[in-house]
Amino acid sequence: MSFAFTPGLSVTKSKIVRKERVLPIAGEVLVKKGDTVLAETIVAQASVPSDIHMRPISYIVGCEPYELPKIMKFKQGDFIKEGDLMAETKSFFGLFHTEHYSKYTGTIELISTVTGMVAIREPPVPVKLSSYIPGKIIEVTENLAVTVETHAAFVQGIFGIGGERHGELMTIAEPDEALTMDHITKECAGKILVGGSIVTSEILKKASDFGVKGIIVGGLRRDDLNKYLGYEIGVAITGQENITLSCIITEGFGEMRMAGHIYDLLNSHNGRPASINGATQIRAGVIRPEIIIPLQDTTNIGEEETLTYGMVIGTRVRVIRQPYFGDLGSVAELPIELQAVETESHVRVLKVKLEDGRVVMVPRANVEIME
Amino acid sequence: MELSDNKTNNLEIILATDCGSTTTKARLFKKIGSEYRFVCTGEAPTTVEAPFEDVTMGVRNAVREVEELMGIKILSEQGIQLRHSSKGRGVDLYVTTSSAGGGLQMMVFGLTRSITGESCERAALGGGAIVMDIVSLEDGEPVYKKIERTRHLRPDMVLLSGGTDGGNISDTVQAAEILKVSNPQARFGESFSLPVIFAGNKSAREPVKATLVDVFALKIVDNLRPTVELENTDPARDAIQELFMEHVMSHAPGYDKLMTWTDIPIMPTPRGEGTMFQTVARMERINVIGVGLGGATTNIYSTFDGKFVRTVSANLGMSYSICNVLREATLENILRWIPFPIDPTELDDILANKMIRPTTIPHTLEELIIEHAVAREALRLGLDHHKFLARGLRGAIPKTLLEDTFGDTSLLKSYIDMLRVDLLGGTGGLLSHAPRRVQSSLMLIDGFQPQGVTRLIQDSVFMFPHLGVLSSVNPKIAYEVFDKDAVIRLGTCIAPQGIPENEGEEMLSIELHMPDGNIRTENLIFGDMMRIPLPVGEVIDVKINPNKKCDMGAGPGHELTTRIEGGEVGIIIDARGRPLITSTDRETMKRNLLKWLTNLKAYPEEDLKKYAEMNE
Repeated sequence: MSFAFTPGLSVTKSKIVRKERVLPIAGEVLVKKGDTVLAETIVAQASVPSDIHMRPISYIVGCEPYELPKIMKFKQGDFIKEGDLMAETKSFFGLFHTEHYSKYTGTIELISTVTGMVAIREPPVPVKLSSYIPGKIIEVTENLAVTVETHAAFVQGIFGIGGERHGELMTIAEPDEALTMDHITKECAGKILVGGSIVTSEILKKASDFGVKGIIVGGLRRDDLNKYLGYEIGVAITGQENITLSCIITEGFGEMRMAGHIYDLLNSHNGRPASINGATQIRAGVIRPEIIIPLQDTTNIGEEETLTYGMVIGTRVRVIRQPYFGDLGSVAELPIELQAVETESHVRVLKVKLEDGRVVMVPRANVEIME
Repeated sequence: MELSDNKTNNLEIILATDCGSTTTKARLFKKIGSEYRFVCTGEAPTTVEAPFEDVTMGVRNAVREVEELMGIKILSEQGIQLRHSSKGRGVDLYVTTSSAGGGLQMMVFGLTRSITGESCERAALGGGAIVMDIVSLEDGEPVYKKIERTRHLRPDMVLLSGGTDGGNISDTVQAAEILKVSNPQARFGESFSLPVIFAGNKSAREPVKATLVDVFALKIVDNLRPTVELENTDPARDAIQELFMEHVMSHAPGYDKLMTWTDIPIMPTPRGEGTMFQTVARMERINVIGVGLGGATTNIYSTFDGKFVRTVSANLGMSYSICNVLREATLENILRWIPFPIDPTELDDILANKMIRPTTIPHTLEELIIEHAVAREALRLGLDHHKFLARGLRGAIPKTLLEDTFGDTSLLKSYIDMLRVDLLGGTGGLLSHAPRRVQSSLMLIDGFQPQGVTRLIQDSVFMFPHLGVLSSVNPKIAYEVFDKDAVIRLGTCIAPQGIPENEGEEMLSIELHMPDGNIRTENLIFGDMMRIPLPVGEVIDVKINPNKKCDMGAGPGHELTTRIEGGEVGIIIDARGRPLITSTDRETMKRNLLKWLTNLKAYPEEDLKKYAEMNE
C-alpha cells in the first residue's frame, strides 16, 4: 500500500499536558513535588544580574588610570549608592580638587588601572516564574525548574505572536466572520477572544488598548502583522514581541475561515480559563503556538499523543495550499505514479474527497493530517 | 570510516539520500551493463520537526517510494539493508548528505553594534548562519533584558567578539560574563555544550577563556577586528562552519540513528554540492559559479582562476526563509518578475503561508511563477553576498582610510567578473523541479545576470549533493553518473555587458554556423530576448558584434568569435543590457516580462496570453 505522512497540528479534546518551567538562571524553587498550583502561582524565582554601568572615571576626574585605586573612595566589591562620593583628586597642595559622585547604586565590579574605567552593577532584578498552567507539580529540579502536569484540551495554531497569557475564553464571532472593531467591547478586557476569519492591525490595537489578553483567529494579513508589530518578520521565530496581547492564527496568512473542528472545540469551552502562548519557531525543533484549556472533568482523559505516521484511504486531511486552501476532506486514492498538476510538474499526489462531494487531485505535500 | 577496496569496487546498487531542510531526497544508482546510471528517485518531507523529531522517518518514507517504484526491498526494521548481510536484498552502499536543521542559527555578541557587531554579523553570515540577534553592550538595553533574550532564543552557536588587539579587555570580558550568566541552551541536545567562538581582543583571551571554558564548547580564533581599520572575518567564519558540522548537525533529532545506517560519515549538503561544481571547474579549467537554492539557504560556490569560495546565505531560502527574501529584496523587486496582476498584500500572504508551511509545493501556475520570481531575487541577493566575500585583501582592508577618507573602494571590489564566468550551474529543489528547463535557465540569467558567453547547466533531479558524498567513496562512479545523468546541459547564454546610448538601438548582431551548414544571422534590438534551439551535444561557431558601448569580452564594440554549446534549452540571446535595468513602471514591466517569457516559451502559451488580456 502506498504510504505517506504529513505532520498535522494537534487538536485534542483531552490529553495530559506537561510543561517544564525553567528559570533563566539558577535561583529558588518555591513549590514541591505533589503541590497543586494555579496558572498564576509563582513556582520559582531568581535574582538576575542587573544592568552594569561603566564610566571613564580617571578621565572624568583628571588622573592617570594607574592612580585610580588611590583616589577612589570605594574598593572593588563595595556597595555604592547614588550620590556617594566615588572619587576625589587634589592638586596644588590641596588648593584645587575634583570630585565625582556616583550616578548609580550598586556593586563596584571593576576598577581598571589599565583603562581607568569603573563598572557599577545595579542590584539584581528579581525574576518570578509562574506556573503558566494550573495543575500538579510532578518534578522539581533543584534551584532551576519544575514540571507541571494538567489534564487539558490542547490546540496548536499555525503561527502566533506574543508570549504566555492566561484568561477566560470568549467566543466573539463565527469561524467565517471577519472580525470588526465592533467585536471588541469593554467586556473583552482580560479575555482570550475566539473566532473570526481575519483580524486587522487596528482591531489588534483596539483589543490591546481594551486589555484583551489574546486573540485566536483563522487568519491575519502579513501586512497587518507588520503594521501591528512595527517591523517586518523575516523568519517565523516569535514570542518575544513587546506587546500586551498574544495572537494565534489557526489557518494561515490572509482571510481564512477557522477550521470547524478547532472552532467547535474552543467554543465548547467558552467562558473557561485557558493558557495560551503565541511563541512560534518554524525550524527544525519546531515550536507552534498553543492553547491549553485545563479540564475539570478528567474521567475521559485521552491517551498520550500518538504520532500520526501514515496516510491511508479514509484519513481525514486538510488542504493547506491553493486552489483548495482550507478545504477539509478524506483521502480517496493514493496513486503511486507521479501525476502532472497545473504547473506541468509531475509530483506525488492524492485524491481527496472534499466535504462538498468533489474529488480533487492535490500534491501530497499540500495536505496535513487532521488529528 | 574507511571502506574496504572490495566494498568500494564491487558496487552494483547504491542508495544516496539528502536530508534537506524541507524535503528528504533518495536517489538510487545502479550498474547497468558496464556503466553506472541513476535509476530512481523518491522524496518525502523531512521529519526533523515535532511531532516526529527523527530524521530517519523522512529517510524511510523517501526510500519507501524508491522501493515502490523499483519493486525492490531496501528497508528493514533496523534501517537500510545491505546486500552482503541480507541475502541479496537491499543495496551495496548507503551514503547521505544533510542540511536539515533549518540552517544555522547564531547569536552575536559585540561591544558596539556598528563596529564589532557588524563585523560579527558579516562573519556569521559568511559562515552560513542566520543571525538571530545581535547583543551589544552599548545598545542601551538593560543587561537583564539581554540575558532574557539570550536565554530565550536557543541559538545553535554564539560568536563573541570585541575590542581591538591590545586594547581594553574589560568590556570584552564583560560581554563574556553576560553570556555566561545567560547560559543559553543549545537548540538540539540538552546535554551538550553550546559552541562559542571568541574572535576578539587577543589580550582578553585568557580572562575570556577563564570565564567561559567550563560552561561552553569554547573555540578561540584570531580577532575579527584586530584594529578599527582592519576586518578579518575568515578565521571566525571557518570556525563557524567547522563547529556547525561537529556540534550542531550531529545533535539534530535522529542523526545518531542515521549515522549507524550509513557506510561513511554524513556529509553536509553544501560540501556535497560544492564538490561537484569544483569538479567541473577543475576538469575543464574554467571559471564556474554554482548555486544551491534550498529551502532555508542559498549556497553559492565560485571557482575563479582556480580559487574556490563558498558562501551560505542562510537567510535566503525558498521556504523557511522566503519572507526574509521578501524583506531584503522588497515587494517591488519581486513584483517585477510577476506578469499578471496581483494585489501586493495577497502576494505577501502567499509568501508568508509558504514560510509557515514550508513543505508545500505550488499547485497553480500563478503560485509557481510567484516562487520563480522570489527565486530570481534570492539568487541576486545571494550573489551580492558572495561577491562581498569573494574579494581581494580580505581581512586587511583599511576601510576607514580608503573608503571613507579617500573614497577609494578598489580594494573592496569583488574579483568575480561576470564577463569571465564560463559556466553557471544551479541545483536545489526549485531549480531542479522547474517543469520546463527554460524556467530554470531564466531564473539563473535574471538572478545572476551573466555577461558575455556563458554556458548554463543544472542538476537534473537534484543529485549533486548525493554524488558529492558518493565521490568520497568512489569518484569514478560519481563522475560517471554526474556526466551522464546529473548534468542537464541547458545551453548557452549570450549577453553583452553595457547599455547602448539610446532606446531602440541595435544591441548586437550574431552570425551562427548552424549544424545543418546554414549560416543564421540575427540582429537584436536593445531590450530583446531570443531563444534559438540547438540540441545537446552540438557545438557551433558564432561571430558576435556588440553595440559600440557594449562588450562581449573582446572589448566595447569589438567582434567576438567563439564556439558555443547547445543544450535542452538551446541558445538564449539576452539583449537587455548589463546591468539589467528593469522598468519601474509596473505595467511596462509586465509587458516586457510577458514578451520575454513568450519569446522563450517559458510557460504555457495560453496562460501567458491570458495574463496579457488580464493586463489590458
